[in-house]
Amino acid sequence: MMHEAFESVYNVLGRDFANAGKVSTSIKDTLKRLGINPAVVRRVAIVSYEAEMNLVMYALRGRVMLSVSPDAVTLKIDDEGPGIPNIELAMQEGYSTATPEMREMGFGAGMGLPNIKKNADQFDIRSEVGQGTSLFICVKQAA
Amino acid sequence: MTSLTCPHSITLEEVRKLLEAEVLNGNDLSIKVEAVGAADLLSDVLNTSKTGTLLLTGLVSPQVIRTAIVADLCGVVFVRGKKPGDEILALARESKIPVLGTRLKMFEAAGRLYTAISGNR
Repeated sequence: MMHEAFESVYNVLGRDFANAGKVSTSIKDTLKRLGINPAVVRRVAIVSYEAEMNLVMYALRGRVMLSVSPDAVTLKIDDEGPGIPNIELAMQEGYSTATPEMREMGFGAGMGLPNIKKNADQFDIRSEVGQGTSLFICVKQAA
Repeated sequence: MTSLTCPHSITLEEVRKLLEAEVLNGNDLSIKVEAVGAADLLSDVLNTSKTGTLLLTGLVSPQVIRTAIVADLCGVVFVRGKKPGDEILALARESKIPVLGTRLKMFEAAGRLYTAISGNR
């Protein structure tokens, strides 16, 4: 199926727990409206939601950039925040630095980044301590 | 998340009866439940659930409803008599996520549904 190229940018505020997840539900609505395959929409929404929760929990602020091409849906997520000192460790299932407050919301069990990777066809993470973290995620659309 | 795909078809209305639950949101309880899962960890729901899963949870937050939206769940049951606030129910209404509330504890609620959907009634 051919889709027109589409791009959109969403801002996310750190510690804004009341709205945490809103950007991902609106990304999901947008992808559905564009007629993207529901399985692809679901994967992108899950990736986006985990990344958004990480951003709200740990960073000061950040942006989610969504772009849709005929072949793939990509998300670029940049934040201004503490960064991740050891990415290899952060990618391990169950490794977490979450506070009890974060865990009470049902997140922060060290599954976010592994879940993101699992649902992505391409995944890249870069981080600088004291600066922030960038994620690149690509989910391919079936030909 | 523990979850079971339903070999015996079950609707939200049957779930309501089995769990003696109150309907907190949703008019159409004829929706078919494809699978049932119980979890308080939303990352587990996102990681393991399938489209059409009914979530039993003791966690009350807007993120539960947003998880239901993101993961295409068919509904949410709050256990242990937990009452979601107006903000959470407004979000459920807006996004058309059926919400039930039961006084049963997670273990018993899950047990009753397991018995029903696995056909061991």
